[in-house]
Amino acid sequence: MQQYEIVIVLTPLLSVDTAKEAIAKYSKLLTDNGAEIVQEDNWGLRKLAYPIQKKTTGYYHLTEFKAPGELINKLEVELRRDERVLRFLTISLDKHAIAYNEKKRSGAFNQKKPVKTEEAAS
Amino acid sequence: MANEQIKYVTAPKVEDTRKKYCRFKKNGIKYIDYKDANFLLKFINDQGKVLPRRLTGTSLKFQRKVAQAVKRARHIGLLPYVTDSLK
Repeated sequence: MQQYEIVIVLTPLLSVDTAKEAIAKYSKLLTDNGAEIVQEDNWGLRKLAYPIQKKTTGYYHLTEFKAPGELINKLEVELRRDERVLRFLTISLDKHAIAYNEKKRSGAFNQKKPVKTEEAAS
Repeated sequence: MANEQIKYVTAPKVEDTRKKYCRFKKNGIKYIDYKDANFLLKFINDQGKVLPRRLTGTSLKFQRKVAQAVKRARHIGLLPYVTDSLK
C-alpha cells in the first residue's frame, strides 16, 4: 500500500464540533475501506493567504494514511461533493517524505516548531 | 590624473567571491515540506514569485522540488498566488 497525506481546508463557519464531525466522517471513510491512519494533525483555524469563496480563514486538518490507490478517487469524490470543504490536497509520499514526517512526529525539529506557532498568532 | 578618471567612468566591477551553493545538498535535506510556509518564503520574492536558481544557488534537482512545494502551498492557501507585500 502506498502512503498518502491529505490536507483538508474546511470553511470557518462551522462550529468546533461540526468541524470535528466532518473530519471524523472522512477518517471513518478511510478506515472502513481498508486504510490505515498513520497520523492526524489538527492545525485549527488559520488565516488564508488569499480569500477562497470569500472566506479569509480556514479550518485545517492533516491526515497521513496508508491506503490502496483506488480509495483516493473515492475520497476525493466525497470531498468535492462536500460544500464545507474549501480546499483539499492529496499527496503520495515518497521515502524521503515518510522519513521527514516520522522525524517531525518524534519532535526532531524543535527549532522549527516555535516559528510555526508564531506565524499562526500574528 | 585625467587618465585615471576615465578609467572609472564605468563603475569598477566588484567581484563577489563568495560562491553560491545548494543549501539542500549541503545540509542533506531530501524532502521539502510544502506545509512549512516560513521556510518556503526564502525561495520567493515579495510578489510571491519563485526566485530563480541564479539568485538562490539551488541545484536543479531541488529547484524543481522547491517549485513543486511552493505550488502546493499556494493551492491550500498557505502562500499567495499574487501579492505585493509579502516581505
